Amino acid sequence: MIYAGLDVGSRTIKLVIFDTVVKESLITETGANPLRRCREILAGRKLRRLVVTGYGRHLVASTQGGKVVSEIRAFAVGARYLLPDCQGVIDIGGQDCKVVRLSMEGDVLKFEMNDRCAAGTGKFLEVMAHTLEADIGAIGDLALTASRKITINSLCTVFAESEVVSLIGRGEETAAIALALHEAIATRVATMARRVGIKGKAVFAGGASLNRCLVRLLGEKLGIELTVPDSPQLVGALGAALLAKHEDGQ
Amino acid sequence: MITDNIRMWKELNIDLKPHDMLLNALGPIYQEVYLSQTQRPEGMGFFDFVVGDIHGIRVRELREHAKNGGKVVATYCVFVPEEMVWAAGGIPVGLCAGTQFSVPLAEEVLPRNTCALIKSSFGFKLGRICPYVQASHLIVGETTCDGKKKMFELLGEYQPVYVMEVPNKKTASSRALWLQEVVAFKEVIEKLTGNKITAGNLGEAIDLVNQRRRALQRLCHLRKASPVPISGKDALLVTQVSFYDDVRRCTQQVSALCDELDKRIARGEGVAPVHAPRILITGSPMAIPNWKLHHILETTGAVVVCEESCTGTRFFSELVKPEKSLDAQIKALAERYMNIHCACFTPNDERLDDIVNLAQEYQVDGVIHYNLQFCHTYANEAVRVERRMEETSIPLLRIETDYGDEDIGQLKTRIEAFLEMIKK
Repeated sequence: MIYAGLDVGSRTIKLVIFDTVVKESLITETGANPLRRCREILAGRKLRRLVVTGYGRHLVASTQGGKVVSEIRAFAVGARYLLPDCQGVIDIGGQDCKVVRLSMEGDVLKFEMNDRCAAGTGKFLEVMAHTLEADIGAIGDLALTASRKITINSLCTVFAESEVVSLIGRGEETAAIALALHEAIATRVATMARRVGIKGKAVFAGGASLNRCLVRLLGEKLGIELTVPDSPQLVGALGAALLAKHEDGQ
Repeated sequence: MITDNIRMWKELNIDLKPHDMLLNALGPIYQEVYLSQTQRPEGMGFFDFVVGDIHGIRVRELREHAKNGGKVVATYCVFVPEEMVWAAGGIPVGLCAGTQFSVPLAEEVLPRNTCALIKSSFGFKLGRICPYVQASHLIVGETTCDGKKKMFELLGEYQPVYVMEVPNKKTASSRALWLQEVVAFKEVIEKLTGNKITAGNLGEAIDLVNQRRRALQRLCHLRKASPVPISGKDALLVTQVSFYDDVRRCTQQVSALCDELDKRIARGEGVAPVHAPRILITGSPMAIPNWKLHHILETTGAVVVCEESCTGTRFFSELVKPEKSLDAQIKALAERYMNIHCACFTPNDERLDDIVNLAQEYQVDGVIHYNLQFCHTYANEAVRVERRMEETSIPLLRIETDYGDEDIGQLKTRIEAFLEMIKK
């Protein structure tokens, strides 16, 4: 039996194919027509069941015949599969950021997501990397080379960019600016995680968890064990695939 | 009819072009949010009719009243004792302030980081797009929040405004202050209308408004049934309309609706399946046409069974004690209004108790704390609401939003996740 989980995110679409283990997975750009992308990646597959999550879940599920699940649930289920005794999930994706607290049994107890702005999301880092002429994949490592510590006060993507521009204009070291930006995000996400009451082991998922600097800062601020799984971007799609299997009574 | 309306709006100095846009926008929204619902009670027909001609028929009644020398008094808040206005032969109307449409207009003057309710109400006046504001002789404000307080100063540049001082504590001296405010308000209304308020006409007005409160209480109690006989959206609309409709007619229509719902309950009929998650909403008011949160919830499989807000229980749950003498009546009025558990008070523990009690009485599966962005009193009180809900093991979701549509995707995600969380 083949089950599929599809996570239609704001920046990328993730697919996980599952039977008793993960058989296949892929990550592709969402682009301007997510529905077409999803049709392409699902074409020719014989699926027993499909569960869709992510920003575009309703659009895709209504045409592809899948069930819909919220990202919160999908990430919770995916995280527990990867780390069965985790009691928290932190996900920093392209457009949002979420923190989920789980019970010992893995049920969602409490969650929070960022409000309608890009502060504390992958988008924030992306915009800042561009301003610093750094590659998004390398900005974390760059930040770790900083020789001094400075502070960026604004969390608003637009205002923080002006702040960065004035720091550049002052001749500030690029790595130090990068570090300050990471500090800003980590502080914001850590505040959210404390409000939600994350304790014990937690999974750090989403594209931003590939950033070593962010992992270190967040771990330090929260004082808990953060586990970044292999392919952290796939946690939501994995959770959706597991729910597809569960739905089928398997 | 339509040309009659246009003539009337011209007389009221309405800016017709944006006003047309507003009305044209409302139609499709109402279709989507209200008329697309299935299994609606027939009694909602009256409310559909009222909203269908929202700036026509009722405004015409107010105009007729004014032509015969009567006065129209506009209010924004459940603290203003409307009984005084009815007693003096005036008509009170609760103004709406629930649309994004008038927000950009207000932002030409007010700071952007002001709550949508304040901006919307100010924008209506600034843009001359609300015939109710235009038709009123006096706007009565209050001091329930700092933003409103300062907005009223600016509003006073356009139209006569009188502000009642609502105290922030519930001490003996606060109560004495509020009693004086109610007495002063009586004098203001007497001067405006040229009519004396007496034990006779005030007693009658108290009875009238109490009857409407009883009808709304009855409607509210009927929502305890499972399956619930009326959608949260429809119940919210009934409350919203009762702010500006004629008090007698409104009582009659709500009672007729309740008779119908009684029969539905007897037949076990409802608007949502028995297993649909039952939600209590608490927090900031939802002025007409703000149906955003209810609509998201009720198109996501949940049903709203109660609103602990100024467009809900705070509006009708307390009656005014009937008294014989004018002095005793005024005291009873003041006491009743001081009993509104608004976040402008400190402390305001009674509201926390109300939420817990309502959650139990209405057998809710979860509570949503609804907060208009930049409404600091409710936003900060939400911290204590959240703690109390945790202590009593009632699931809570906090939502902060405004009248815009751009966050609907994010709200849907949170609400779906919350519903998944509370489903057994």
